[in-house]
Amino acid sequence: MMRRHLEHGERARVLTRRAVLMAGAGATAFAGLTVRLWQLQVVQQAEYANLSEDNQFNLRPAPPPRGRVVDRFGAVIADDQEDYQVRVEAWQMKDRDGVLAKLARVIGPKDSEERTTGRVERWKALIARARRFDEVTLETDIDWETFARVNLHRPDLPGVIAETGRTRTYGVAALAGGARRNADAFAHVVGYVSKPHDGIIDEKLAAIRDPQERAQLARIMRHPGYRVGRAGIELTQDNTLQGKWGQLRVEVDAYGRTIREIGLDQATVPGEDVRLTVDAEVQAFAQARLEGESGSAVVIDVETGEVICLVSAPGFDPNRFARGIVQPAYRALINDPRKPLYNKPLAGLYPPGSTFKMITALAALRHGVMDPRERVYCSGKTRLGDRTFHCWKREGHGSIDMRLSIKRSCDSYYYEVAKRVGVDRLAEEALRFGLGSAFGLAAPGGKNGLVPTEAWKRARFDEAWAQGETLIAGIGQGFLLASPLQMAVLTARIATGRAISPRVMFNEQPTPRAEDLGLESQMLAAPEHLAIVRDGMMAVAEEAGGTAYYALGMKGIDLPGVKMAGKTGTSQVFRITEEERADGVRKAGELPWRLRDHGLFIGFAPFDKPKYAVCVVVEHGGGGSTAAAAPARDILREIVRRTPGLVADAGAPARG
Amino acid sequence: MAMIQGMTTYDPSGGPHSLRGRVFSMSFAGWTLVLLVSLLAGVGVAMLYSVSGGWEPYASRHATRFGFSLLVMLVLGFVPMRVWSSLAYPSYFVALALLVLVELKGATAMGATRWIDIGPVRIQPSEIMKLALVLALARYYHGLSIERVSGFFGILPPLFLVGAPAALIVKQPDLGTAVLVAATGATLIFLSGIQWRWILRGAIAGLAGVVVLFFFGLQDYQRARILTFLNPDTDQLGAGYHILQSKIAIGSGGVWGKGFNEGTQTQLNFLPEKHTDFIFTVIGEEFGFVGSVGVLGLVCAILLVGIYIALSSKAHFGRLAALGVCATFAFYVVINTAMVMGLVPVVGVPLPLVSYGGTAMMAVMAGFGLLLNVHIHREDELPSAGRLL
Repeated sequence: MMRRHLEHGERARVLTRRAVLMAGAGATAFAGLTVRLWQLQVVQQAEYANLSEDNQFNLRPAPPPRGRVVDRFGAVIADDQEDYQVRVEAWQMKDRDGVLAKLARVIGPKDSEERTTGRVERWKALIARARRFDEVTLETDIDWETFARVNLHRPDLPGVIAETGRTRTYGVAALAGGARRNADAFAHVVGYVSKPHDGIIDEKLAAIRDPQERAQLARIMRHPGYRVGRAGIELTQDNTLQGKWGQLRVEVDAYGRTIREIGLDQATVPGEDVRLTVDAEVQAFAQARLEGESGSAVVIDVETGEVICLVSAPGFDPNRFARGIVQPAYRALINDPRKPLYNKPLAGLYPPGSTFKMITALAALRHGVMDPRERVYCSGKTRLGDRTFHCWKREGHGSIDMRLSIKRSCDSYYYEVAKRVGVDRLAEEALRFGLGSAFGLAAPGGKNGLVPTEAWKRARFDEAWAQGETLIAGIGQGFLLASPLQMAVLTARIATGRAISPRVMFNEQPTPRAEDLGLESQMLAAPEHLAIVRDGMMAVAEEAGGTAYYALGMKGIDLPGVKMAGKTGTSQVFRITEEERADGVRKAGELPWRLRDHGLFIGFAPFDKPKYAVCVVVEHGGGGSTAAAAPARDILREIVRRTPGLVADAGAPARG
Repeated sequence: MAMIQGMTTYDPSGGPHSLRGRVFSMSFAGWTLVLLVSLLAGVGVAMLYSVSGGWEPYASRHATRFGFSLLVMLVLGFVPMRVWSSLAYPSYFVALALLVLVELKGATAMGATRWIDIGPVRIQPSEIMKLALVLALARYYHGLSIERVSGFFGILPPLFLVGAPAALIVKQPDLGTAVLVAATGATLIFLSGIQWRWILRGAIAGLAGVVVLFFFGLQDYQRARILTFLNPDTDQLGAGYHILQSKIAIGSGGVWGKGFNEGTQTQLNFLPEKHTDFIFTVIGEEFGFVGSVGVLGLVCAILLVGIYIALSSKAHFGRLAALGVCATFAFYVVINTAMVMGLVPVVGVPLPLVSYGGTAMMAVMAGFGLLLNVHIHREDELPSAGRLL
């Protein structure tokens, strides 16, 4: 008993000692934990608070509204329209198939099984096409009720976002709202936007050095709301229109669901509007006037160079491009023989034909090689060496002076003039009046055309210039190529004698007015020389026997107190052979459409106080007098009629 | 039978063995233990309320379970200590048998086989084993004289008692519980008075065992967790994600915390398993350094009371059992908090009384029942080995 107690006491003493040791170890452990807590919560608190904030908040790119494109009077041609959209952040969806199936049922609760499945399949394809961390737009332009229903179910749909989005919309907006009109008339001037493809993104990113800036831009460009200008003003003025993206701070949970929006960390700066010089009404009028044709119509304010109208017919609907055009529709546009996607007024190059004759005449006057009263006899043919050059009028014009040569568009007269002037002096005159230059217009796609010289031919073909080619150049055929825009500028320069340059945007540097400059020194030609050719041009349209007189119904511009000046032209598509000429030239109507000549007409009005210059080209329209004169006159008449103070009749409708 | 014996000793005169006498004998330390345990469970209820943003589904059930478990604790405290000592071996071998049964045909959930379904009840034998091992070792050393502790009988049978269940639990696989069981066993062997040279040898053998275990005894995911722990940056969205988010939560709490229900990491679901194993992060985030240290202080207070109870017991069984309960509880808390603070690899160990979970709560409260029992019966001397067997 005694021994047991001793032993018992020994056991207890050892246990107590060791228990104290264990307690000490435990105390050390708890002290260690406390130190760790101190380290995490006191020493590193700021660091972890930041990380926690990074978790809690997310910065989302906030799109600025894209600037509008408006016409010279402020009428909206392109702007963003709000619509309801459903988007997904696919990487946030743990059970993607389940969520998409649920979403499909929320969007179309009464849809058939196949329709729902089809919808889900389409979404999956869209998601599969996107990059991993891209938001993917599944549905656009959904109605309000569907939108509300999706929002209601959002707690069950992780990764699904139902928000208002913006869709770029083209066409003239009526003041009262409603459908947009005439989107196709502005397709080439305004252009269109689209989501950027990888090539565009890579190109834009490559231009940025700062990695942080690059990452931010990459995020913005992958935002479902990002659009980039792809053509026209939308392309060239993309930086102005785009605005600056902001950053929206949102509180998110671990699954990336937005709990609430906190506000903008960085304000968006809305894109600036671009105000075009184009008059939307005139543009629409011109587009309608060229309905069914393939061609161009350009109107320029001769005082300022402002382009009032820049039409390429037929147009196309840029809205389809902005929303993502489907392949079959795109192929149809590509294969259309009238080439709706081709920007004809800027990129279409044609031999100017007889519309060039004023330049030949002005060159002759400048260099004194032809007196305006000198008469040239036209027999219908001119011989040069062993070649014969024909006048369009086979029986000839008889004895003809300069004014009459323009009015009747006599080729023989200009063969003679060209022979005296020479090709290089002709080229010099052509360049002076605006050919050979694309003008750096804000609307892209302009081409320089071609003004041939002896040196050019040698460099291009390694051949000497033949004098016969000078004769051909004198009547605007042969190597000469000009765009409708250039011909309109040429007309404006003849009308004013000043070197005005075209512009389509008010944000561009304005052309100095003649009054502000040293006037006479700026004149492109002597006023008396210009007066002669202008007078001839007036006769073309307003006098019996003028080449356009009968095509215009013997009424000229048909406005009280106003006269117009003009010039017809034909650019040959199909070269007339000697045999055919022997058989008698076939009438235009007998030729297949694609072989018919292009019809050209340039003109300006009012004759005594020029304000507007016009150029109309109708491809394969036959001669200029038949196809182009009437539309050109109608367009000129429309714009003159609309301008206050130009027409004697005070009852004319006024705008601006 | 022992229960009946305890009940029949009711003496209305209020002697030391009457029920009234026993309630009275549950003096300051006993009531303090009940109070502190209730406080800790109260912290659990509050945090679960915050986690789910209301009473449902966790907080109310946690409170109900605690209420029931508290009753069980009191009952287990008042039964004669003989009940505990005589149940020591049977409960141990039943638990061991159940562990073998789990190995043979247990229910599998989340890749681990830890449960057996008996009708509607789901039993997790490893939870029973934690307490059963404490009892078995206390019972074994109670009957062993100090001289024999470092001899053959003092070493091999206890090693078997600890090793067998630990090995079975590792196989489940449940590394956390296995470590806990092994550590508790080692603590009791240490407390038994085994000579230091054996402790040293054991430590070396244990270290070798850990190395062998790491390379041959672990599941891939367990090894990955440890590797992730050693190099957390390698996998920020996978296994490292949990621990990173946990550290962010605790660290961002700062000195005073973000406030009750205001923890963004918690409320926005960045925390994994926040209602069970990671509940301490919620405390850290919402109540900061002050709150976290407060909870650790509460745990230390419970441990101090437990050690006091142990050392004031006259029975060697009682002392060992009480210290065993304290050790288990301490290991739970230390491993769990060290885990959420990124000090040890992620192992599935809950924070006792705070984490949501019925079986664990019952096991912990049964342990405190034993502690209370040792306190109430501190004057009792259990018969020595021979008479007990």
